[in-house]
Amino acid sequence: MAFIWNFPLFTIVLSLFSGALCMVLRPKAARYYTIIYQCFLIILVSFVLWFTVTSDSQFTYSMGEFPAPWGNEIRGGVLESLVALAMLLVLLASCVAGWHFLKIDIDESKINLYFSVINLITAALMSLVWTNDIFTGYVFLEILTLSACGITIVREVGRTTLAAVKYMILNLMGSGLFLLGVVLLYDFTGQLLMVPMKSAVAAVLTDSESMPALTLSVAIMTIGLGIKSGLFPFHFWMPDSYGWSTPASAAILSSLVSKAYIFLLIKIYYRAVGIDVITQTPILKMLFVLGICGIIFGSVSATSPDTLPRMIGFSSAAQIGYIYMGIGIGTHLGFVAALFQLLTHMVTKALVFLAAPYLEEASDNNIKFIFLQGAARRDRTAGLYFTFGALSMVGIPCLGGFAMKLMYGQAAISDPSSAKMFIIMITLAASSFLNTLYFIRTVIRLYSDPEEKASSERQKLYKAQAENAKRAEGRRGFVIAGAFLMALNLFLGLFPWIFEALINQGLAMFS
Amino acid sequence: MGQLLGNLLSNYEETAAIILFGIGFCTLLFHRNLVKKILGMNIMDTGVFLYLASMGYIRGRRAPIITDGIQDASAYINPLPAGLVLTGIVVSVSVTAVMLSLTIRLYKRYHTLDIDVVYELARKSEPKR
Repeated sequence: MAFIWNFPLFTIVLSLFSGALCMVLRPKAARYYTIIYQCFLIILVSFVLWFTVTSDSQFTYSMGEFPAPWGNEIRGGVLESLVALAMLLVLLASCVAGWHFLKIDIDESKINLYFSVINLITAALMSLVWTNDIFTGYVFLEILTLSACGITIVREVGRTTLAAVKYMILNLMGSGLFLLGVVLLYDFTGQLLMVPMKSAVAAVLTDSESMPALTLSVAIMTIGLGIKSGLFPFHFWMPDSYGWSTPASAAILSSLVSKAYIFLLIKIYYRAVGIDVITQTPILKMLFVLGICGIIFGSVSATSPDTLPRMIGFSSAAQIGYIYMGIGIGTHLGFVAALFQLLTHMVTKALVFLAAPYLEEASDNNIKFIFLQGAARRDRTAGLYFTFGALSMVGIPCLGGFAMKLMYGQAAISDPSSAKMFIIMITLAASSFLNTLYFIRTVIRLYSDPEEKASSERQKLYKAQAENAKRAEGRRGFVIAGAFLMALNLFLGLFPWIFEALINQGLAMFS
Repeated sequence: MGQLLGNLLSNYEETAAIILFGIGFCTLLFHRNLVKKILGMNIMDTGVFLYLASMGYIRGRRAPIITDGIQDASAYINPLPAGLVLTGIVVSVSVTAVMLSLTIRLYKRYHTLDIDVVYELARKSEPKR
């Protein structure tokens, strides 16, 4: 066993330990510790990615050396390493960029607790990515839900508690359904580890009467994870939860937490049930329809709000719809597109969520569009980052969003005889039009002449606040982290074939 | 229909578990009172635990501790479902504690447990973001 095989376990266990350690550290020490620790994790996961890609192999780490079905397993493959690395990079960027607002939004004495919860989130994300056991998946699903609630509620302003309650109720329904699905699958197969479960499913399905019951249990699990990740029509908690959280939390919730649930679902489809079995069920058709509804309704809803956080929240619902549409296509190219969108949205949404509060701060903390007029002129860096993220989501060439839409197009035309091709093409066109409508309108507003809408006294106030914000502690972190996320997005857009190759390699290992 | 009813009655523990899950799920989804929502969540989880417990128990077999030197695994019940139930209970208790603390916080702010009234009060007192 290579020493690298231990690294995935280190990312989980050390994160749990770090969570406890941050509780006793001073606020600044907890922040620096978390940042350094996350850099360390990035190095560990990079090694795992390098090892799995170069050796074209995967490995299974049995905890306590117990064999299936008693033991618990972690699996390291190309796809897990890639997603874990992307998650850690975005998590690090969010923690660095969100510091300025953390100091404003959170009581000084609680900042170390915030980083304690961030470390718990890291442990839960890593577990969901690496685990090979679906019950462990359930346990860390709940830990992730509780931690996500923690980073929402820590900002004791306005409707935060209500947003957290809304988030919890929906998520608990999702967890309950997922647990029921796990138990029903266990009842069928007698296995909790993914690979033995897949063999057992194949054995059970020799009796054709078992198919409806298997479909029901996987469908229950899918609905559970769909609710948790904000699949239409369960997306209405998003604008409140993201809008009321501190920017770092909003970036983590929208970019990482919802993606971890979707990645677990893809893993269950491929490794625990078998993609051949899943394509025989109507589950993918259901996801296809709900994904498209999510894209359209999310985009239409994003055109109407009069506040920036709400618009970004609804846009997240649309972007989640893209991922589910990719899964729903049901072909290999569909899954590749869905996984690429998972990575692109992680990077882009974090950038947008981290830049938007600086634009609000440059407008006397107003969130309404009418007061945000000219905000990108007052804070040019935040304006640039927001515009870059918006253009990527619209689908401007060379950016991540364009490569994603291209992949969806390729997935659609790979089966020209299918009615899905027309539906996907029409959805892509409609969604791009709607994205342009609300994002470009916002960007124009942010760059338009502020004198038209605001009095000169107010303009002076805004400019003074923007200047103060530029000198504020944590500003440099925002500039660096934002530039890093922008570079990542550009890399995704300019070299999508690298990620396509990695995803292909990872999916081949999944099968 | 008769066969379906017969199957449901012969697997009465699983049937009861699914009914409990349904009751809990509907309470969590539809009830306006936050404490009752939390009760619903617990009933929902209990339904799943009952299902797991009934899966683990096999009439005529012993607890999974080697007794009288009998090594044959078929003499004992499967210990895994009981372990899963215990883990599930720990998770459920943690979630309940967090939900109760959130409910207390909401009650202190809005002086009601009715989630619809809380929405209404929040809508009036705080703008949407």
